[in-house]
Amino acid sequence: MFWPEFRRMGLSPDVWHGVDRLQREMDRLFAGLSLPYERSFPAVNIWEGDNDAVVTAELPGVDPDRIELSAQGDTLTLAGSREPEPLREGETYHRQERRHGRFTRIVKLPFRVDEGAVEATFDRGVLTIRLPRHEEEKPKQIQIKTT
Amino acid sequence: MANEIQAVRAQAPAGAEHTRDRKVFIPPVDIVESPDAIILTADMPGVDDKNVSVTLEKGVLSVLGEIEPASVKDRKLAYAEYEIGDYERAFTLSDEIDQDRIEATVKNGILRLVLPKTETARARRIPVKTSR
Repeated sequence: MFWPEFRRMGLSPDVWHGVDRLQREMDRLFAGLSLPYERSFPAVNIWEGDNDAVVTAELPGVDPDRIELSAQGDTLTLAGSREPEPLREGETYHRQERRHGRFTRIVKLPFRVDEGAVEATFDRGVLTIRLPRHEEEKPKQIQIKTT
Repeated sequence: MANEIQAVRAQAPAGAEHTRDRKVFIPPVDIVESPDAIILTADMPGVDDKNVSVTLEKGVLSVLGEIEPASVKDRKLAYAEYEIGDYERAFTLSDEIDQDRIEATVKNGILRLVLPKTETARARRIPVKTSR
């Protein structure tokens, strides 16, 4: 192996400290990156019911009045923007990990939506949209007659 | 589009383990320094003033948000892009923070901390001159 050679060569323990630190950095960088999701914003979850679907989206810091929601046919469009807080005089960034800008998500549902009955709530940065299925599309029970 | 926003998903921290069997994520943060304070903003969707805690001990500022896993009643999850879990992140602060005057507010799933600098830290800034 390569590494034990190093030790025999009497390298100072500082080197190992550095390697450990690098390893920790790498662990931190790659932690959680194994998720197979596409990184589009906002992330949505879709819940399916008998007569409707519920879409939830994480939109922390977005002003609910500025979220544009529209449903047409079987498509839900979710758009808006997240504005950065402007820096005041004398302020500097140490870290900037949160992203800003415009976003648009289009979600296709497996049924036609009753556009007039869509409800949306925004609570603690989480948007919940209830999309009822259109009346004409609801499954109908078919009576079987015996002859 | 160049200005399309992208999600920074909360990451799982390395090395930390909790007693509760729940996922823990590292929330993305912005940290801004102004002449008299350090302002920290963290994306923590789902938190409110009751389930978030901020502690400062031996110069380490820890932020913990405990989110109850929410499921929508009578419906089953058909598609998922995000998971729900706790948030946890810790930062080392220098001595120059006035630990008694830290302010924390939560709004729309965002935690905002204002960490004011001590009077002495503000006064202690020494201009460095170059000598030729």
